[in-house]
Amino acid sequence: MNHTSRITGWAAAAAAVLLVGCSSAVKLDEAPIESRDVKAGSAGGAGSSGTGSPGVAGGTGQSTVTPVDLTKGAGANAAASAGRVVYFDFDSFVVRDEFRGLIEAHARNLASNKGKRMVVEGHTDERGGREYNLALGQKRAEAVAKSMALLGAGESQVEAVSFGKERPVSEGQDEAAWAKNRRAELKDR
Amino acid sequence: MQIQRRRSLAALAGGLGLAASPLAWAQFRVEISGIGATQLPVGITRFRDEERSGQPVSAIVRADLERSGMFRTVESSGTMDERSLPVYPDWRARGADALVSGSVTKLSDGRFDVRFKLWDVVKGAEIVGQALAVPGDDLRMAAHRIADEVHQRLTGERGVNATRIAYVTRAANRYALRITDADGEGGQVALASPQPIISPAWSPDGRKLAYVSFETGKAVVMVQDVLTGARQSVASFRGSNSAPAWSPDGRKLAVTLSRDGVSQLYLIDMDGGPLRRLTTTTAIDTEAAFAPDGQSIYFVSDRGGAPQIYRVPTAGGNAERVTFSGSYNISPAISPDGRTMAYVTRDGGGAFRVMTLELTGGASPNAVSDTRDDESPSFAPNGRLIIYASRAQGRDVLMTTTLDGKIRTRLLSSGLDVREPAWGPFGR
Repeated sequence: MNHTSRITGWAAAAAAVLLVGCSSAVKLDEAPIESRDVKAGSAGGAGSSGTGSPGVAGGTGQSTVTPVDLTKGAGANAAASAGRVVYFDFDSFVVRDEFRGLIEAHARNLASNKGKRMVVEGHTDERGGREYNLALGQKRAEAVAKSMALLGAGESQVEAVSFGKERPVSEGQDEAAWAKNRRAELKDR
Repeated sequence: MQIQRRRSLAALAGGLGLAASPLAWAQFRVEISGIGATQLPVGITRFRDEERSGQPVSAIVRADLERSGMFRTVESSGTMDERSLPVYPDWRARGADALVSGSVTKLSDGRFDVRFKLWDVVKGAEIVGQALAVPGDDLRMAAHRIADEVHQRLTGERGVNATRIAYVTRAANRYALRITDADGEGGQVALASPQPIISPAWSPDGRKLAYVSFETGKAVVMVQDVLTGARQSVASFRGSNSAPAWSPDGRKLAVTLSRDGVSQLYLIDMDGGPLRRLTTTTAIDTEAAFAPDGQSIYFVSDRGGAPQIYRVPTAGGNAERVTFSGSYNISPAISPDGRTMAYVTRDGGGAFRVMTLELTGGASPNAVSDTRDDESPSFAPNGRLIIYASRAQGRDVLMTTTLDGKIRTRLLSSGLDVREPAWGPFGR
């Protein structure tokens, strides 16, 4: 608890919302977790015994902070704040060192929440064929999923899928845009 | 030495004194580039009373014949119909070897009686005459059938004007799988989705489309009955499911699955038999395309470090490499006679181009496009044309080309991005 209290207020709140999202085993078809409002967050919290923190979640109805981190510790907290996008170099499937922490945080979170599921979506830039890019995106997603498995996540907890070049975040046609599109996104199930 | 001639069909129609109604705009604009192609000169007059039918029947026939690359139309003013006796010396003087004319008559039951006759101008003799009674909705189809008959009589091989093409449109992140006539007209939506759709593939009988849909949040292979709209998920394994290709007998579907960790080729038995893994590598194997005899499958693999096209026996066995020039060769399509492969290469300047390669050996690949962003080539069922996706003026467009690249046409698509073309089989 005293560890948590040192985190600034906004960060704690953000982490709470993210973590609650992470803990939900309900399949969500639509928006990513970050876009959910507080109401959704508390609803998830109330039903989130799956976080494995019974002592805390049981006692508080409204607080968005409660389920965050007391039992999850630094790993869970890092998972929430580490981000959810891994970027790749051109024609590469190698996870760059700067993203190791991010992947490790999510992997630890999965290791300590066996009921939790994630999907890793691989993406490519726009150059080249749609099917080959789909396979390249899959390879990126598999690379991230494999790293997570090595770091303790159960294989059935992570599904690697690909959108190839079908869902760019940037529609530009230069290296800056392409670099943003060569990515793997980690999403909750 | 290339001469480029461009002409819109509307200008052509205007020059011939035809009614310039909006319907006279066929959606493919014919852009002829290059000289030396042997093209049979044909005269096509306006069909009597076609202006009362609501469809520019003779203009549709003319556009069909021009797009095939096998014909060029000669100056064809004048009034006649299928009962006329052509003044042969006059047509010879215009340079025509053959002549088409006809009529469109509304019947008492609301249908239209479409008649035409084809003459051999050189010999001064009739070749064929036919009558088709069709509802108004099928007038375009009647015109396409006339073009196909002319094509067959004059060249000895089947025309593809009465076939259909499937493709995908995107507008404001709405995706639609559409089916149109081979000239890009008469489009109908087979599937509308908020999620991407890629890789449509016609079943050999033309009744079904297999495609990849992301509607469930990942790539899943669906098969849809075009007539009834009934859909079936045929591959939704863990990971991605993509790149469907029908065997020529329609009983197997080759797909790419990542269920075992990396994208590999598998065969789905459409009669319900077990799934069979076709390739076993640690590389990407994808984009299967059956040879027309069904005995082998062409596909893309980066097992050698970069994507190249390989061929493997359908029964299983060792794969042999097929492409050797360039460091990025993808998206194979095999001609109906099995002799030519169309595919996309990335050239040294980073441009993606449609190429053809004679599979009988010896020859080097030929570029058939001069654009930079080509994708997804697909053969017409008579093997004379290739349709492919490209980009022009910032939009995704569809092009057709003859196999020598000399006659290219572009689908005009009124503000939509169009992509992923698949040319359907004969017969509907």
